[in-house]
Amino acid sequence: MLDDFFTRAILAGLGLALVAGPLGCFVVWRRMAYFGDSTAHAAILGVALALAFDISIYAGTLAVAVVMAVTVAALVSRGQAMDTMLGVLSHSALAFGLVAISFVPGARSDLSGYLFGDILAVGRSDLVLIWGGAALVLAVLMIRWQRLLTSSLNEELAMAVGIDPRVERLVLSLALAVVVALAIRVVGSLLISAMLIVPAAAARGWAGSPERMAAGAASIAAASVGLGLWTSLRLDSPAGPTIVTVAAIFFVASQILRRH
Amino acid sequence: MNALIQAEALTINRPDSAITVLDRVDFRISPGEIVTVVGPNGSGKSSLVRALLGHMPLAGGRVARRAGLRIGYVPQKVHVDTAIPMNVRRFLSLPRRVSDAEAEAALARTGVPGLGRRPLTQLSGGQFQRVLLARALLADPHLLVLDEPTQGLDQPGIVAFYQLIEEVRRQTGAAVLMVSHDLLVVMRSSDRVICLNGHVCCEGTPEHVSNAPEYRALFGAEAQGMLALYRHHHDHDHDGTVSGHVHGPGCDHDHGHA
Ligand SMILES: Nc1ncnc2c1ncn2[C@@H]1O[C@H](COP(=O)(O)OP(=O)(O)OP(=O)(O)O)[C@@H](O)[C@H]1O
Ligand SMILES: [Mg+2]
Repeated sequence: MLDDFFTRAILAGLGLALVAGPLGCFVVWRRMAYFGDSTAHAAILGVALALAFDISIYAGTLAVAVVMAVTVAALVSRGQAMDTMLGVLSHSALAFGLVAISFVPGARSDLSGYLFGDILAVGRSDLVLIWGGAALVLAVLMIRWQRLLTSSLNEELAMAVGIDPRVERLVLSLALAVVVALAIRVVGSLLISAMLIVPAAAARGWAGSPERMAAGAASIAAASVGLGLWTSLRLDSPAGPTIVTVAAIFFVASQILRRH
Repeated sequence: MNALIQAEALTINRPDSAITVLDRVDFRISPGEIVTVVGPNGSGKSSLVRALLGHMPLAGGRVARRAGLRIGYVPQKVHVDTAIPMNVRRFLSLPRRVSDAEAEAALARTGVPGLGRRPLTQLSGGQFQRVLLARALLADPHLLVLDEPTQGLDQPGIVAFYQLIEEVRRQTGAAVLMVSHDLLVVMRSSDRVICLNGHVCCEGTPEHVSNAPEYRALFGAEAQGMLALYRHHHDHDHDGTVSGHVHGPGCDHDHGHA
């Protein structure tokens, strides 16, 4: 069954959706949208490095995403005016990556694969990595759920019960870096933050509790993967962008239905 | 160590600067004690509280908290983002999960029964304050730390609040460290009062403090009310000040803030 490229694509997308939903909730709750962007855009630089040094794409993107995530988390802790700073970081990371990748022989032709993902080319080893990584991040989120939630709600209240908000922020940053690395094949660098934010934002309208929002975001992300892949086959449209388009339609629907 | 929290020569600077907010403050709170910190806006009350809890870096001095100390904290300002769907019931279960019965009992105790299903962001200021207190009580604290807990409470609410605090202390033996501007009530319900203005201006029993010239200089009008209350006759003159803030003997160091 795994011989079928479409089955592998669905499985890869679902693995990503299950972890992107809940993690995306934290991105929305903590208003870290730009944070996700800068980490994801930095991943392109990781791709360039991986190709240049002939190491695994996952290892390259993970390394650069971790560096970026930790840097940004440190900047946020110091309370700088983040809006502009993150905007600069995010877009320069992308530009750097694009320039770097243009020097790697033969990579230029694959560029759109890294920017928008190439989910239909996912292999068995990709599947193992995606599901393994997703399970790891989900486990961390579940184990630390109460602490992460308390510290996302209010850092002073968290500190009063002995939770160190800096630790929780670092955990989330690292989780984000891992998910970015996992998602590079599936939706690509430009659309990773969309997979994090759009399903979570769609779930917000309905959810009465953080847990229901996380579950809702995972379900919406999973449904977007299924519907998006199916649509992309029918219309012969690029898979990654089609998945995000479906998620965006879910978001719009949730906004309209919420008002009535 | 018998004290729950003990601090020596605590000095705090404003974040990322050398401007002193609090200068060499000694502090101690024992089990079962109700200590209230009073002082004008910007005098460093919240900073003191946060330093004692270990939430902010010290520029000097030491703070020791008893090992395993459980603290129920109600900060002065709690911002909750609307992005998180969170109702009162779920909030009470953060970070320690409590049963529905415990949660409802805590809400009833702080005067907001049946509010469990209301989203946090749809509470009035006073309701939110009561919910924060309920959550602090659920921690079964050895020490309640309350930074202006009566802000936004209606008049009967304030009276009921101080009654509740004393009741909690009676029932659980918890100590209470409170920041408050309700001078009259403070004087009635505290064991010890600390008058702060960048440093400890005066401290001691409510009678002692309300009679201290430093205190009267800081809280002119209201201090008069206190005097009437305690029928202390005063023989100090505090009309001739230029800065609006005079120091008594032993309180003659300068302030780190403008
Ligand atoms: N986040 C901050 N950044 C810079 N300065 C601060 C910060 N918080 C407080 N300060 C400064 O520290 C001093 C003490 O502030 P603090 O909040 O402790 O006063 P307070 O006694 O609690 O006042 P209030 O009665 O208004 O609550 C003030 O001069 C204030 O300007
Ligand atoms: Mg204050």
